[in-house]
Amino acid sequence: MKKLSLFLGCIVQNRYPGIENATKLCLQQLDIDAVDLPGASCCPAPGVFKSFDKGTWLSLASRNIVISEKMERDVLTVCNGCYASLADANIELKSDPELKAHTNMCLKGVGMEYQGTVEVRHIIELLYTEIGPEKLKTYVTTPLNLKVALHYGCHMVKPTKDRKLGESETPTFFDELVEATGAESVDYTDKMMCCGAGGGVRAGHIEESLEMLEHKLACIQRAGVDCIVNACPFCHLQFDKGQLAVNEKFGTDYSIPVLHYSQLLGLALGISPEKLGIEQNDVQNLEFLAKVYEISAGIR
Amino acid sequence: MSEDEEVVKVLKAAGLDMLSCMHCGTCTGSCPSGRTTGLNTRRILRDVRKNRPVLENKDLWLCTTCYTCQERCPRGIKITDILLELRRLAVREGLMLPEHRRVSELVLEYGHAVPLDEETRKKREELGLDPVPNTAQHSPEALEQVRTLLRTCRFDELTAEK
Repeated sequence: MKKLSLFLGCIVQNRYPGIENATKLCLQQLDIDAVDLPGASCCPAPGVFKSFDKGTWLSLASRNIVISEKMERDVLTVCNGCYASLADANIELKSDPELKAHTNMCLKGVGMEYQGTVEVRHIIELLYTEIGPEKLKTYVTTPLNLKVALHYGCHMVKPTKDRKLGESETPTFFDELVEATGAESVDYTDKMMCCGAGGGVRAGHIEESLEMLEHKLACIQRAGVDCIVNACPFCHLQFDKGQLAVNEKFGTDYSIPVLHYSQLLGLALGISPEKLGIEQNDVQNLEFLAKVYEISAGIR
Repeated sequence: MSEDEEVVKVLKAAGLDMLSCMHCGTCTGSCPSGRTTGLNTRRILRDVRKNRPVLENKDLWLCTTCYTCQERCPRGIKITDILLELRRLAVREGLMLPEHRRVSELVLEYGHAVPLDEETRKKREELGLDPVPNTAQHSPEALEQVRTLLRTCRFDELTAEK
C-alpha cells in the first residue's frame, strides 16, 4: 500500500471533528501511514459544484490531488462525497488528455500541474482491500455487542463502472467490516436507499430532503437497532442534525445514535468514546451512551 | 438553433445518448426523490428527446444524484450524468437556486462549502485537535489559490446573481 495523505473534508473538520480524531487514532493503531493534506480546500462538494460547472469542479478537485502528488502519497478520503468528487475528477483527468490540458492551464495560474500519479481511496474500500475483515478482527480488543443499521451511502458504490466494488443492490463488503468489530449488521427495508442529502437537495430543498430522511429513519427504527453506522459525514450530518429537524417537522420522536465507521472501529480498538467524539452529536441518546461506556469499560 | 436543440447537441457531444430509451419507467420507479417529490426522470428524458424545454424544469434540482436510475436502466443510459449535464446548462442560463448561490459564495469566501464555526472550534479543542484545521482556512496563501482558480474559471461570474 502506498503512503497516504488524509483528505478529511469540510464536514468532518468543521462540524464533526470526532470523526477526524477517530480516523487518525484508528489509522495509527492499524499502523497505516497517513498524514494531513495541508492547505486542502472543499473537495469541492460534488452535488453542487459538479452540477454548476465542470471546469471549476475539476480545477478545485485537481488542486487537492496535486498537493498529494507533491507528497507522493495517495489521497485517503473518509467521505462518500469527497471520494466521489476527487476519485471521479482523477478518473476524468487521467483518461481525457484534453480535459487534463485545460485543467492544467487553470492550475498554471497558481503554479501547479496535475500529473495523474496518485490514486484516490475511500477508507472503507482501503480497509476492505488492504487489510480485510479477517485480519481486522485480530486488532479488535473490545468486541462490540451492538446491533447496527448500516448505511452505505450512494457514492461509495455508485456509479459501479468507476467504483470497482461490485454490484450496488446488495453489497456485503461494508457489512463484513462492521461485523469484524463484533457488532451485528441488521438488515432493514430500503437499506441501500439514499439519505436524501446529496445532489444539493439538502441545501436547496430541505423539506423534500427531510421527507426522504424520514422514510429511512422509519425503516431503521423498525429494525430495532442500537445505532446507525455510515461512512460519509454528509449522510452522518443528515442522519444526526436532520433527525432533530424530522422530529420537529413530523412530530416524531426518533433518537437513533449515529456513528461514522471510524468511530465504531475506534470503540472496538479500545479507544475511549470521549476521544471518538461520540457525545458531540446532536442526537443525545443517554441509554446508548451508557451502553457504549459499559462496553468500553469491559462490563457489558 | 433553438436552445432546446442545443441541449441535445451538448448531451451527444458529452457521450450522453438517450435515444434508446424505451420508456419502461425503471428510472422513475427507482427514484428515492420521485417517491415523495415531483421529480419524474422518465419524463425529463422524454422532453429532451422531443426538444421540449427542460432547463427551466425546477425538478432537475430534486435529484440527489444517487445513481440508482443509472445503475438500473436496462438500456444503460447514463441518466444521472445526463441530469448533471442539464443542470450545468441551466446554470449557464442563470437558472440557479439562491441557496446554491450561497454555497458557491461560501467556497469563494472560505475555500469550504461548510466553513468552521465557533461551536466546532470548541469541539475540536475538547478533543485535543488544533482549533483551526490545517486546511485552506488556516493558510491565506492556500485560500488565495482557491480564489484565483475560481476567478480563472469565471465561477464568480457564473454564480453571481443576474
